[in-house]
Amino acid sequence: MLRSLFFLLIVKPLVLLILGINARGREHLPLSGAAIIVANHNSHLDTMALMSLFPLSVINKVHPVAAADYFMCNRFIKWFALNIAGIIPIDRRMKEKGHDVFAAVINALDNNSIVIIFPEGTRGEPEIMGRMKNGIAHLLRERPDVPVIPVFFHGLGKSLPKGEILLVPFFVDAFIGEPLHWEGSRSVFMDKLAKTMSDLQRQAVIVTDA
Amino acid sequence: MNWNGLPVSVQIAFMAIGGLLAIASLSSILLVRTKPERNYTELRLRIKTWWLIVAVFAVAVLFNRTVSVIVLGLVSFLAFKEYVSLVPTRRADHRVLFWAYLAIPIQFYWVWMARYGLFIIFIPVFVFLFLPMRMILIGETQGFLRAIGTLHWGLMITVFGLSHAAFMLVLPAEVNPAGGTMGLLIYLVFLTEINDVAQYLWGKSLGKRKISPKVSPNKTVAGFLGGVFTTTVLAVLLAPFLTPLLRYEALGAGLLIGLGGFVGDVTISALKRDIGVKDSGSLLPGHGGILDRLDSLTYTAPLFFHYVYFLHY
Repeated sequence: MLRSLFFLLIVKPLVLLILGINARGREHLPLSGAAIIVANHNSHLDTMALMSLFPLSVINKVHPVAAADYFMCNRFIKWFALNIAGIIPIDRRMKEKGHDVFAAVINALDNNSIVIIFPEGTRGEPEIMGRMKNGIAHLLRERPDVPVIPVFFHGLGKSLPKGEILLVPFFVDAFIGEPLHWEGSRSVFMDKLAKTMSDLQRQAVIVTDA
Repeated sequence: MNWNGLPVSVQIAFMAIGGLLAIASLSSILLVRTKPERNYTELRLRIKTWWLIVAVFAVAVLFNRTVSVIVLGLVSFLAFKEYVSLVPTRRADHRVLFWAYLAIPIQFYWVWMARYGLFIIFIPVFVFLFLPMRMILIGETQGFLRAIGTLHWGLMITVFGLSHAAFMLVLPAEVNPAGGTMGLLIYLVFLTEINDVAQYLWGKSLGKRKISPKVSPNKTVAGFLGGVFTTTVLAVLLAPFLTPLLRYEALGAGLLIGLGGFVGDVTISALKRDIGVKDSGSLLPGHGGILDRLDSLTYTAPLFFHYVYFLHY
């Protein structure tokens, strides 16, 4: 309830006024789970911008995966991250101890959630897709029927780049690709995902910088 | 808003605009019915968006000064945002851009206060001197001239130019008994848009010789002349109802709007061609971006404003 209100009264109007997202391929966005959204990560705005593309009725099903050490450090941020942004916190250090880092994500998928993953792991250079980590393949091996929807954002890195606190308004382009499916091999899937992302990115460059 | 309190000519103007759009909507529906083999989606979309534009314009002029300044300030903001999103900007100028945005509410505050002196020098003098200084404090000299040049040109076109449209609403009403406070702006915007449409229609029906083949290959000499002629005739006919202009003054206003509208249009076309895009954005379905629709107005608003200001205020 609080989440829906926050998106209706704050996120949606702010995104509309300050950014204004021109989404292409919006019909590929899933309106029900389980599904995984994969996006490039340039700015703190990515998550909110991506979530604002969903209709309000679906918002409660959408959960971004985020690093626990970054968002769980302070009480206020922790409350906001869990209750408003609705993140699924994962512990980046747990891998070394041999725990399953993704247990919470798999659990969310089993509850028909739409999970947002930024496979670059951290915010990279604006409008450039960094090397993707393999976590997503790990998830798909566990839950092979879940579709993966690739999204490329162009412009958010200009609005609020890493290390800046002043937000500057820019129109933003979002390119949403067709759902990808797991075919049993990590390298095949990761190559396919990387190719799709770079195709979407090329589309962005043609549209905006040609 | 008090509809009955509006000048009769303003009431008629809005009913006439509504009527024109209704005719356009009906004819497009008829076209779809009679020629199902052709695709009229773009035309239908364009007319639908026209209704939205007229609705926003009605809100901008019919309520009170505060509403007018907020709505027109937002339009200016969207136009500047579209411009900044379109042109190349330097990473280093992040905070300079923030200051440039800040010029918009300040400029429209001068409008709201009806402070003509500050309104007219704020962007051309103060912002013009301040932004380069802010850039120099950051210290990135690579691409400095291009960065400051594009930024200031954008502010002049989308904020300074368009804010003249808003300032027309705060000019003393007693000078313009026929049109009241909003008459001048309705006259300007109506003629500017009709000029666009007329140039397009004359060009489609008679146009052969290209007038600016490099910048706007679809524009023709016949379209330009026909458009200016249509606009001038309408300018003379409408002036007594909406403006304080005398007949021969209205003739000049019509020529100015016809000519200025054309130059504004091709100027934004040149910008788009330089950057390599067809439309400036996608805010207005069927039209493109907001700059695609406001292109003519970026020239006609300041030109017509100062023409009337010199003659009557």
